[in-house]
Amino acid sequence: MSAAVPPVLDVREATKVYGTGDTAVHALRGVSLVVERGDHVAIMGASGSGKSTLMNILGCLDVPTEGRYRLDGIDVGRLDERRLSILRNRRIGFIFQSFNLIPRMTALANVELPLAYGGVRREPRRRRALAALEQVGLADRVDHEPNELSGGQQQRVAVARALVTAPALLLADEPTGNLDTRSTADVLNILDRLSLAGRTIVVITHEADVAAHAKRIIRLVDGRIAEDRRQVPVTGHPPRHGLAESAK
Amino acid sequence: MSAVEVLRFALRGLAANKLRSGLTTLGILIGVGAVILLVAVGNGSSVQIKESIQRLGANSLTITKSTTGGGFGGPGAGFGGRAGRFGGGAAAQQQSSGPRTQAHDLTLADAQALTGTGEAPSVKSASPVVNAPATPATYVGTSATINQFVGTHPAYFTAANKSIARGSSFTADDVTSGRKVVVIGSSLADDLFGTVDPLGKQINVGGIRFIVTGVLEESGSSSSAFQDADSVAIAPLPAVQESLTGYGGLDQIVVEARASEVVDAAQSEVTAILQQRHDITGGAADDFQVMNQASVQSAVGEATRTFTVLLGAVAAISLLVGGIGITNIMLVTVTERTREIGVRKAIGAPKGAILSQFIAEATVLSLVGGLAGVAAGVIGAQFSIVGVTPVIVPSSILLALGVSVAIGLFFGSYPASRAASLRPIEALRHE
Repeated sequence: MSAAVPPVLDVREATKVYGTGDTAVHALRGVSLVVERGDHVAIMGASGSGKSTLMNILGCLDVPTEGRYRLDGIDVGRLDERRLSILRNRRIGFIFQSFNLIPRMTALANVELPLAYGGVRREPRRRRALAALEQVGLADRVDHEPNELSGGQQQRVAVARALVTAPALLLADEPTGNLDTRSTADVLNILDRLSLAGRTIVVITHEADVAAHAKRIIRLVDGRIAEDRRQVPVTGHPPRHGLAESAK
Repeated sequence: MSAVEVLRFALRGLAANKLRSGLTTLGILIGVGAVILLVAVGNGSSVQIKESIQRLGANSLTITKSTTGGGFGGPGAGFGGRAGRFGGGAAAQQQSSGPRTQAHDLTLADAQALTGTGEAPSVKSASPVVNAPATPATYVGTSATINQFVGTHPAYFTAANKSIARGSSFTADDVTSGRKVVVIGSSLADDLFGTVDPLGKQINVGGIRFIVTGVLEESGSSSSAFQDADSVAIAPLPAVQESLTGYGGLDQIVVEARASEVVDAAQSEVTAILQQRHDITGGAADDFQVMNQASVQSAVGEATRTFTVLLGAVAAISLLVGGIGITNIMLVTVTERTREIGVRKAIGAPKGAILSQFIAEATVLSLVGGLAGVAAGVIGAQFSIVGVTPVIVPSSILLALGVSVAIGLFFGSYPASRAASLRPIEALRHE
């Protein structure tokens, strides 16, 4: 990485305190984390370890109480709500545990949604949404509404929605938490392929199987980073990619 | 986000809950429809009453004998509901009530005094009028009842605004020679003659033969009037007195002023002359009363305006209730869709987009309701309601529609701002 290109994530001594005085809860007690472009990071931790708080901060849904956070070189702490929403729209793609597709909107419309908020015109929007759906293998389901899709398919639509804006960061919060084994494999396979294609991915999970797909595993305990283990270099091949196919 | 985009999201949101959207729309529909229809009914009855009064002749004054000591109380009280029969319908009351001891009858001489001397320059004509009670008339075996048989002078036709459709009225010569000729109303002509041409035919009224010289134009009096105003016969005064009423006092004197501007002057001149002729001095009550169509018209207009405002107010309340219904349903929608709002915010929906989406939803609800309400109001106004033909006031349509949109904006803005200010983290956690 040349010095001219800032890291995708650059968190310095971030703390997050909820409440004040005696009732204050220290969710994060000084987390520093740098994620380079193209990395695939899994953040693990037990419930209450602060991983949700960290993910909210990384996703620009929340700002740290202290410390600094740069996303793609932009200092998030100084932005107002309107700019934060623009940042979320352009630089971050969210994948949630419970899919969170908008009901009664077709898969295509769901995928188009971030582009619509981003002000992309109708024609390119449709083209890009179709391309994203093709990437997750759902080109034949574009006109289906979420309730007509299986869990795995819904999550793949959600992945497509996260991808469609070509964000700097894909942020997945327990992406396989609600999926069966088969669908889990599908989604992880897609993430592996995206990683291979050079996307920066941060997955929050408590499942070791999921974390095993990452190039780097970070373990949070009590609001601090307890372990930061690199499995594969940033530019390396995703560790588990191809294994699922060979297992079939 | 373009406006079209916002609208599309709003419509999609509304379509998701069709029954709920429909019912909310119905609330506004009823409100707007009620405003338009009730204002139209109020306006219609006002127009109708005004027309009835105008039909009597805007420049005319009606003098009747007063048996109750003057004032407006007697025949005038019946105005609101049966103004249509006013021209001579009051006669029945006049005859049935006993005369005051000192009351003078209105006489032919009184009528002549109003025009014959130079004392009343504003008076164009004064027609003595006698009214015979409802009388059966026959023509070659066909019989019909004449509601109003009027004996008068030719000037009556213009004073009372009766125009001749066919044939001619009678002349002053007919009056002096007491010829038995008659001008009949259009419905009487239909009843007696059907398709036969009535002109020149003889009709038999109480054993006396009258020759029909003319047919009046249809007065267009509506069905709500007490009597059919077109079932009328007008004949020379002496002919009617001789055959039907006898030579007693007059029932009315119909005075026509020279112009509508001098109606008030004519009224005071007429009053002065009659007071003098009837020996009424100082504070004694008049034994006659002079009714001015214009003043009656404005009094009635005042009353119907109040009526219209009241109706409108009731309808406006129902519109307000509809508006509260919108707030209510939008609050439910926002709560229900909290999670969806969170997702939208997480993927980058700016506050303004959420705000405008929900305001657009509320406004679409109220606008659709408003338009349907206008349609309902306009369709409803085609039917006559309790005898009144509604007349739509165009400004009430614009007002009701404008108010309904304003209601959407106003009542939708609170739920919308609540949605827009939701914090995405909490909204996402919402189940």
